[in-house]
Amino acid sequence: MTDVSAPSPVPGRTPAARPEVGSPAPLVLSAVGLRKHFPVRGMRTSAVVHAVDDVDLDLHRGEVVALVGESGSGKSTIARVLAHLMPATGGEIRLHGEPVVARRRRDFRRYVHRVQMIFQDPFASLNPIHPVRYTLSRSLRLHRGRMPRDEHERALHELLARVQLTPPELYVDKYPHELSGGQRQRVAIARALAADPEVLLADEPISMLDVSIRLGILNLLRDLRDRLDIAILYITHDIASARYFADRTVVLYAGRVVESGDSESVTQDPKHPYTQLLIGSAPDPDDLQARARGARGEAPSLVTPPPGCRFHPRCPFAVELCRTAVPPLTEVASGRRAACWGYPGDDADVPDGLARPTLGSMLDTYGARPGREEGADR
Amino acid sequence: MTATVSDRRPPAVPERTPVLEIENLSVDYGYDDDPAHVLRGVSLTLHRGEVLGLAGESGCGKSTLAYAATRLLPPPGLVTGGRVMFTDRDGSRSDVLALSDAELRAARWQDVAIVFQGAMNSLNPVFRVGRQIADGIRAHRSVGRREALDRAAELLEMVGISPDRLRDYPHQLSGGMRQRVMIAMALALEPQVLLMDEPTTALDVVMQRQIVEQIAELRERLGFAVVFITHDVSLLIEMADRIAIMYAGEIVEDAPAREIYQRPRHPYSSALLHSFPPLRGARRELSGIPGAPPNMAHLPTGCPFVPRCPHAADACRAGRPTLGPTAFAEAGRSVACTLHDGAREVPQELAQR
Repeated sequence: MTDVSAPSPVPGRTPAARPEVGSPAPLVLSAVGLRKHFPVRGMRTSAVVHAVDDVDLDLHRGEVVALVGESGSGKSTIARVLAHLMPATGGEIRLHGEPVVARRRRDFRRYVHRVQMIFQDPFASLNPIHPVRYTLSRSLRLHRGRMPRDEHERALHELLARVQLTPPELYVDKYPHELSGGQRQRVAIARALAADPEVLLADEPISMLDVSIRLGILNLLRDLRDRLDIAILYITHDIASARYFADRTVVLYAGRVVESGDSESVTQDPKHPYTQLLIGSAPDPDDLQARARGARGEAPSLVTPPPGCRFHPRCPFAVELCRTAVPPLTEVASGRRAACWGYPGDDADVPDGLARPTLGSMLDTYGARPGREEGADR
Repeated sequence: MTATVSDRRPPAVPERTPVLEIENLSVDYGYDDDPAHVLRGVSLTLHRGEVLGLAGESGCGKSTLAYAATRLLPPPGLVTGGRVMFTDRDGSRSDVLALSDAELRAARWQDVAIVFQGAMNSLNPVFRVGRQIADGIRAHRSVGRREALDRAAELLEMVGISPDRLRDYPHQLSGGMRQRVMIAMALALEPQVLLMDEPTTALDVVMQRQIVEQIAELRERLGFAVVFITHDVSLLIEMADRIAIMYAGEIVEDAPAREIYQRPRHPYSSALLHSFPPLRGARRELSGIPGAPPNMAHLPTGCPFVPRCPHAADACRAGRPTLGPTAFAEAGRSVACTLHDGAREVPQELAQR
């Protein structure tokens, strides 16, 4: 799999069996201590936006990892850095364990051949003046080289069939404006598949689409994961769709990972107070009681992020320790990790004289509507 | 005009007074010979103090309905028929579509206020928020600048923003706060109807919950009626009293919120409800709705949902179903589907009691 120079055509790859529990699938792409800061525009300032700080992320073969967070939490930045669309400020991106630095054009192309990205807006990501044939042919030619005409045609049709745009003849000569949003997103996915990638970075692939066709796209991506054994990073703000689609879920808050684990347990038994707030805030008609009512506050400024845990200004359980020291991402249950001082861990991390907070139930805390405090929104 | 509903309307639930009655409203887009009929004879009644949810996919006409009913529809939108009756507190009725310019100017914001889609970006970036709120007040009431600013401070406090933010420019506020400023502004003249067009779509769930709670609380206190437009049906079920589901420029089902959730009667409502993966409960395979929303410029004859409907029959292709009582004659519910005409048996998933 590490041989970049000889790509196998998409249909040629044999799907491996789904990994058994306990024998993890091989690691494909990983980020170690990833950091991205953006300079603040303006005069005489050296301030930076701490968009992403110390993020570790592992993508295994045939696994969907969801990156969940609110807008401004850095989830799209992570995707763009992983796709080498912008350089990282610090940390490493490793492909099959090897650090990748794609400074030169040729390196970049070789990297992109294996790591493809799907963008949020299929209305903007397809060139409106070219038909589907051109869009896909270009990707095929770049990544698989020139091929005889009939072979090329066959590859085109295979790609369209793979994303369930059938019969392919009906779609291959259409322009983007003749397609619906869902069909366009399928073309964008086909374009990514033309490179025969090992990793798909999907940046909110369904949030611009009509609600009734979103599941169709998620089901298609899941089908691709199973058949082609692709690793998928699914970026979303909708934690319910992460539960539906992803094997593992990583929750981001203000540029840091606050919790990770398998999707089912993260959504059913959230450990970090922020995840609890997130789950408790999502609309759920089945259970109108379990609502985090009366929550206040907003995400912090990332130019001057709060010291310590970045969630502490909104956290009802925060103590002095949370305000001074950054909590490490520690194992809180089997396969579950959370960055919260409220869970027992290595006490060597805890500065002298400070006590760990006692966590309570987020729902109990926010269950009753508290009186509004003066200036609580600042 | 094929869609008339007045004769088949189910018995109204008593002791509710209507405040806004939309009757047979039709809107076309385009002035040429072949306009797209984006609203086709829509009738909807909003009662005093009620939260009415308007749900549907993009392009189904839900925003068009709100804009047409307030005469804010930009060209090439054209209201081609219908009435929008507004009932004032003293019981006097007027047709919004027939008001003169001066009357309309006086009535807007005072009777019906709107929180626009992407409200976060509808504040003027070069004026302080306090002044923007005060301007709206001074346009309708003869009060001094000082008084208007005091009122603006009150309004900000009401939506949970500290009054010293009056002198902030919009860029100094976060997205959630800007949204609340818009709500404060909309409530400045104590309107009787508040139209909210996707007010929380651009916000995160935590902020969305804060805003939704705020609206619920304010409504309880001030007693205005809300039309809440969104595609997020799960949110509506939580906050709305009644939900109208729209598809291809028509209302296909109109029912109390909990009812529609537990017992949907229209195949589209049922499918839409199953398009949202649940956060709790069993994880099961969901399929969404096959196909794509119809092209409004070339609608099929008959029911527009036919190409995507699992229960489509010949009767559905023959004529457009109109909004009428359900097969079970439930009070306060209506549905536009041939399945409820009595000729066919209602499929089990749409017949839950």
